[in-house]
Amino acid sequence: MARAVTNNRKIINTAAAWAVGLLIFFPILWTILTSFKTEATAIADPPVFLAFDWTLENYTAVMERSNYAKFLWNSIIIAGGSTILGIIIAVPAAWSMAFVPSKRTKDILLWMLSTKMLPAVGVLYPIYLICIQLGILDSRVALVIILMLMNLPIIVWMLYTYFKEIPGEILEAARMDGASLKEEILYVLTPMAIPGIASTLLLNFILAWNEAFWTLNLTAANAAPLTAFIASYSSPEGLFFAKLSAASTMAIAPILILGWFSQKQLVSGLTFGAVK
Amino acid sequence: MGQIKLNQVTKSFGEVQVIPPLDLTIEDGEFTVFVGPSGCGKSTLLRLIAGLEDITSGHIDIDGMDATNVPPAKRGLAMVFQSYALYPHMSVRKNIAFPMKMAGIDEAEQKRRIEAAAKALNLTDYLDRRPGQLSGGQRQRVAIGRAIVREPSAFLFDEPLSNLDAALRVGMRLEISELHKRLATTMIYVTHDQVEAMTMADKIVVLRAGFIEQVGSPLDLYHNPRNESVAGFIGSPKMNLIKGAEAQKHGVATIGIRPEHTDVSMSEGLWKGTVGVAEHLGSDTFIHVHNTGLDTGPGDMVTVRITGDIQAKHGDEIYLTPQLDKLHKFDAQGLRVD
Repeated sequence: MARAVTNNRKIINTAAAWAVGLLIFFPILWTILTSFKTEATAIADPPVFLAFDWTLENYTAVMERSNYAKFLWNSIIIAGGSTILGIIIAVPAAWSMAFVPSKRTKDILLWMLSTKMLPAVGVLYPIYLICIQLGILDSRVALVIILMLMNLPIIVWMLYTYFKEIPGEILEAARMDGASLKEEILYVLTPMAIPGIASTLLLNFILAWNEAFWTLNLTAANAAPLTAFIASYSSPEGLFFAKLSAASTMAIAPILILGWFSQKQLVSGLTFGAVK
Repeated sequence: MGQIKLNQVTKSFGEVQVIPPLDLTIEDGEFTVFVGPSGCGKSTLLRLIAGLEDITSGHIDIDGMDATNVPPAKRGLAMVFQSYALYPHMSVRKNIAFPMKMAGIDEAEQKRRIEAAAKALNLTDYLDRRPGQLSGGQRQRVAIGRAIVREPSAFLFDEPLSNLDAALRVGMRLEISELHKRLATTMIYVTHDQVEAMTMADKIVVLRAGFIEQVGSPLDLYHNPRNESVAGFIGSPKMNLIKGAEAQKHGVATIGIRPEHTDVSMSEGLWKGTVGVAEHLGSDTFIHVHNTGLDTGPGDMVTVRITGDIQAKHGDEIYLTPQLDKLHKFDAQGLRVD
């Protein structure tokens, strides 16, 4: 009897998990499906799920009208650059907080996190002006720096959590073995924290890739990444629903593929330290 | 060279002073053991010497040079940790090579030293394994190998054997002693195990609450403990400390008699008691005697040690006679009286 109950539970749990999963994934699925419809089918009422004439015309149109490669390249530079720069700054910061904490370390961590509580739009005006002053409006440099700053608290927090798991004695051993601070971080700490650093890299790359507020507000033509590419197909009347879907699919495809291949790494990294 | 000299060294963590002003000289080539109960400051003292903790005041000289503000990497000391602290992402070979890589020693010399160390420590077959694939004893050998290859002016050991099982501990104890004889390098060894201290040390430093209670050779400490706490700490089983009327007969506050310095008879003797537990080790028998009427503190127990075996069961009457020339006497402050 007990066994039957367990099995029933398992079935219910599995079904519930699938339901939630599909619910979350449905908008993405719908976008992908719509991208293969004609503009007319895309806005048909009632909506058509699968029984429509599949077409690639939206993709052809989007490729003809905009320079996808340029947007893609900007996205790669901005997401990659801000993530790498963030890691370079965050590793020493997290090292000092994890291994030589002061009385105020916990406060600093909280303070850093509190910057994430401010709505981004609250600082749009000053940052916009600073960018104009420095002549870096609509440049990749500006976005790399700004997105790095936006994500830095999360990067430091994540690395701090991973570093806390590394026994301090191993770093002391490195010091006794004659390693300088730089060598200690480079040869001992970083290799030991690779799983944690990798998942931090991935998560922040994804966050920066999908970031739309700053990328839309601070770019025009030169530095516009894929978020701007999507936005350029949105129109208030919803006339180009299928083309918008095609553009969206093209924008999220790279990150979706990256996430798919690295999901094992991502999950193990995110649950790192949760189970002893 | 490896003389280490501590001058008026103190250490405080915030308001709490864990090491009161302390002077100590460790001579070149000496095997010095810091021993004491947990929390006595012995590990802190070792970490101060290593440079892993900053001293609060005073100074440390290594080979006649002031090393107080020299970072650990530049002190020329090697340390073996209780947890081994091997680099888990490197092979045994790379672990051992690490300090030489940091020192910029050329590859050929590195290779030569790794092979020599591996041979001496029985690690030749394991050089390409990761630490995770080794047993506790092998890991500790790797840690020692990593310390040897840099040819330090002194070795620091922080309770290196306490994670090993009993049998392995005895073996490693011998290996470290032999290593010391062979290298004749200064070694400072921290332990809470008085057996390790007695068997390995040239010089034992007994610590309690950050204070040095006594410094001396193992047998010096055994025969002439300066106070009751050293008397109780050195020697196994522990010395019996007796207060009250029996001590007053000798004109002191406390008398101490070691278990091995008490004669035992089933028929006659100075003190009469009953057998509690008899521990038969074959070579020796330890008998814990109760109801002696002596003031031995809360346990009401006198322990005696007899060479060989003796038929003594729980509840048997037994007679004890201390060897008066082996009696230790202490005053009301617990200090030795001669």
